[in-house]
Amino acid sequence: MIALEADAVWKYFGDFPALRDVGFKIEAGSIVALLGRNGAGKTTLLRILSGLAKPSKGSVKIQGAEVRDEPTRRRIGVLGHGISLYDELSAKENLILFGKLYGLDDAAKRAEYWLEKTGLERVRDGLVREFSRGMRQRLAVARTFIHEPEVLLFDEPFTSLDDKAIAVLQRLILEAKERGSTVIMSTHQLREAIELATHAVLISKGKVAYAGERRQEMIGDPGWLYRTYEGESA
Amino acid sequence: MKLFLSQALTIAAKDLRAEWRTKEALNASIAFSLVILILFSFAIDPESMPEFAGGLLWLVFSFAGALVLNRSFARETQNDCLDALVASPVPSAALFLGKTAANFSMLLAVESVCLPAFGFLFNISWWTYFWSMVAVVLLGTWGLTVVGTMFSALTVNLRLRELMLPTLVYPVMIPALMAAMELTHDLLNGQPLAGDNLIWLRLLIGFDIIFTALSVTLVDTVLVG
Repeated sequence: MIALEADAVWKYFGDFPALRDVGFKIEAGSIVALLGRNGAGKTTLLRILSGLAKPSKGSVKIQGAEVRDEPTRRRIGVLGHGISLYDELSAKENLILFGKLYGLDDAAKRAEYWLEKTGLERVRDGLVREFSRGMRQRLAVARTFIHEPEVLLFDEPFTSLDDKAIAVLQRLILEAKERGSTVIMSTHQLREAIELATHAVLISKGKVAYAGERRQEMIGDPGWLYRTYEGESA
Repeated sequence: MKLFLSQALTIAAKDLRAEWRTKEALNASIAFSLVILILFSFAIDPESMPEFAGGLLWLVFSFAGALVLNRSFARETQNDCLDALVASPVPSAALFLGKTAANFSMLLAVESVCLPAFGFLFNISWWTYFWSMVAVVLLGTWGLTVVGTMFSALTVNLRLRELMLPTLVYPVMIPALMAAMELTHDLLNGQPLAGDNLIWLRLLIGFDIIFTALSVTLVDTVLVG
C-alpha cells in the first residue's frame, strides 16, 4: 500500500524553483531518510508533505487523499524545526491541548502515557519556558506521537537531543514502524538516520537525485550516497 | 459540529490561559486606555464632552484593541506553534473563531475597566440605557475583533506587523466604528435605540455578519496560501 506519493512537485519562491519536478512513492511501514545538503529543498518538501505549504505545481497524496483534507491531517504527525509548544503552558497542558485538537477523548490519559514514555513525568506540571532544550525537544516528540499518527514527518528530529534521548526517539520510531506507521525524516545526522531507515531519498538542488531502498553501502559509509548520486543531478 | 465547537473552545481557552499567565496584552492595553482617557479628560472641556464622548470611547477601544489583536497570531510564531495548529485536523475556521473568541473576551475585559473610568473622569452616566449600551459595545467589539483577528493572521509573518495591523484594520473598520460611535453618542445623550438611529444598528449588525462570514471563508487561504 502506498502511504505517500509526491507527483511532479514544483515549488517556486519568486522565480527561484526550490523544488523541481520532485516525485516518489513511499510504501506504508517504511522509514525514509530524507537527505540533502543545506538549501537542497528538504524542509520545503516536508512542509508540502505536511500540508503547511502548497506546491506551485504537482500534487502530494497521503494514503490516496489530499494532504489538506481533515481526515488526512488526523493521520499525520509533524515535528518541524520549531518545537511547536507553548512556553506559557505546562508540559501536560501542552499535550492535552494537542490531544483535544486531534479529537482524542482520552487526551489527559494519553498525555500522561507520553510524558512517561519520553521521561518527562516528573516535570509534567512545569512550564515549558523553564525546560532545557533537550526536554523541550522530547516534549515535542511526545506531542508528535500523542495521536499515534500513521504518517510521521520529522525535520531534524535528533537536533538538541542527548544520546539517551536519541535512543528513546529511535525506539519510538521503530515502535511506530512495527505498528505500520510510515516515517519520513530529514536530517544531517546521517549515521542515526541510515541506521533506522529502510529507504532513502536524496534531494540535490531541488531535484530527487536518489529514491529507493537503503543500500548496504550506506550503512558503513553514510556519505556514499552523496558521493555517488549528487553529481548526477548537478 | 460538536468537534468543531470543541476545537474552537480549546483554542480560545488556550489563548486565555496563556494571556492570564503572562498578562502581556491585557496589562499594556488597560494601561494605554486609561492613559488616553486621563489625557483627554485634561484636554477636553467638560461642557462639550457629550458631543465627543461616543467618538472618544470607540477611539480608546480601537487603540486598545490593536494592542490585544497584535499579540493574537504573533503568539503562535513563538516556537513555530502556528505550524502545529495548521498541520493539525483543526479546521482553519475553528482556529480563527477560537482566536476571535479569546480576543473578544480580552477586549471586553479591557472595556469593562475603561467604561467605569470613562464615566468617572468625564462625569457621564453611560449606564442610562444600560442594556442598549451593552448591545452596542458587544456588536462593535465583535466587528473590531473579527477584522483585527483576520488581519493579525494576514500580517503574522511580516516584520512590521505592529505597524501594518492598525494601518490595515482601521480603514476597513470605518463603517463599524462610525455606527458604534453614532449609537454610543445617541445613548450617552439620552436617546434610546429607536427611530433614526436603528439604521446604524442595522449597519453594525450587517458589518459583523459579512466580515465574520468572509473571514471564516478566507482564513484557510490566508494561513496556508
